[in-house]
Amino acid sequence: MKAVTICVNGERISRSVDDRLSLADFLREHCLLTGTHIGCEHGVCGACTLMMNGQPVRSCLTLAAAADGRDVRTVEGYEGDALMQAIRRAFNLRHALQCGFCTPGMLATAYDILSRIPDLDRERIRSELAGNLCRCTGYLSIVTAIEDVHAQGIARKGSSA
Amino acid sequence: MKPAQFGYLRPDSLAEAIGLLKDRPQDARVMAGGQSLGPMLNLRLAQPKHVIDISRLGELCDSSMSGDTLAIGACITHAQIEDGKITDVTRGLLTQVAKGIAYRAVRNRGTLGGSLAHADPAADWLTTMIALDASLELAGTNGRSQVKVAKFVTGAMETTIEAAQLLTCVLVPRLSTSARWGYAKYARKPGDFAESMAIAVVDPDRASSRVVLGRRSEPPALMQASSQVLAGKPAESLTEKLATAIEVDLSSVRADQADWTMHRAIVLRAIRTLT
Repeated sequence: MKAVTICVNGERISRSVDDRLSLADFLREHCLLTGTHIGCEHGVCGACTLMMNGQPVRSCLTLAAAADGRDVRTVEGYEGDALMQAIRRAFNLRHALQCGFCTPGMLATAYDILSRIPDLDRERIRSELAGNLCRCTGYLSIVTAIEDVHAQGIARKGSSA
Repeated sequence: MKPAQFGYLRPDSLAEAIGLLKDRPQDARVMAGGQSLGPMLNLRLAQPKHVIDISRLGELCDSSMSGDTLAIGACITHAQIEDGKITDVTRGLLTQVAKGIAYRAVRNRGTLGGSLAHADPAADWLTTMIALDASLELAGTNGRSQVKVAKFVTGAMETTIEAAQLLTCVLVPRLSTSARWGYAKYARKPGDFAESMAIAVVDPDRASSRVVLGRRSEPPALMQASSQVLAGKPAESLTEKLATAIEVDLSSVRADQADWTMHRAIVLRAIRTLT
């Protein structure tokens, strides 16, 4: 067992965890934050993607022990965040989800794309989204939703994870 | 799946890390970003008793110039290279390659040293570093040593690294201002491992010319005949000479007809994009 302290959505959480526990399982089972979804569990599907120290990472490939002292932001942690609000509104308007399983990872990746890349176009959004799989095949509307938010021009101002 | 039980160790210094490895020569695996070892653990393809996390060793997270050589710390991430956080000594080649590795969430954690030490033949850095004639610095109980990347890799996921050795940095020689490079990669989808990739680096001022082919099953191949043709003065007959040279080089590459055609196309594309 390892003692870890991880800042989750602004709250410092200290627990003793199994050495092999993933950050995703830590969030779901120790913090009861089930918004982080676990799909393939080997880094391919992107459903578990969340922000660690402001950067998207795969929480299935990050050990809880290795996240000790880090700042983690899950899909539950964006209250009052203007950029995430705009992304969610666009996902809603464009019907950018069906079953919703991939959505937490899609939102984290969309947030990163919009805040990191100033010269976005459809092609770039598509290639940046390549690491997030949607089995309902809703890619067209997801790309359009991100394009919408980019066009609103709020992405690069006043938002950091 | 969940990984089998292991003990997680996070040493505070390089010496401590080497000591931990020395004491556990058979049953410890080194983890940097964990983007290759992580899936192997989760799929239980790897079941080490101990995982040694070196990702916070400051010495491995830095890069520095020494003369005409850039030493890139083993734990520098693909994303840091993509974002130009290290000195550009390759006229943009490293940045271009980094962009094509997996996905941003993976690039944020995956490291240059981890990728090279893992030595998956289809991974992008092996091919790139052999094309750049880069070396690696290894640290162990008997001090530090250097080895060319081409000599370091002995097979698919096999290297000359010893049980109590750590890859500390990658030594990349600076390309001269007249150097040109070309890069081509074919993968089934963006971010996937390459089915075939080729890098050509031509640097007349350093009398260096190297074409390297990377593929799935075996370590990258230095295309010697093609490299020699490119080293010569550009002439009208270059296209024809090159076609012959590529065929000579590929004759020693084991591949079925479809793969062979793909490799030839990728090598040609890399050479055509030399700029």
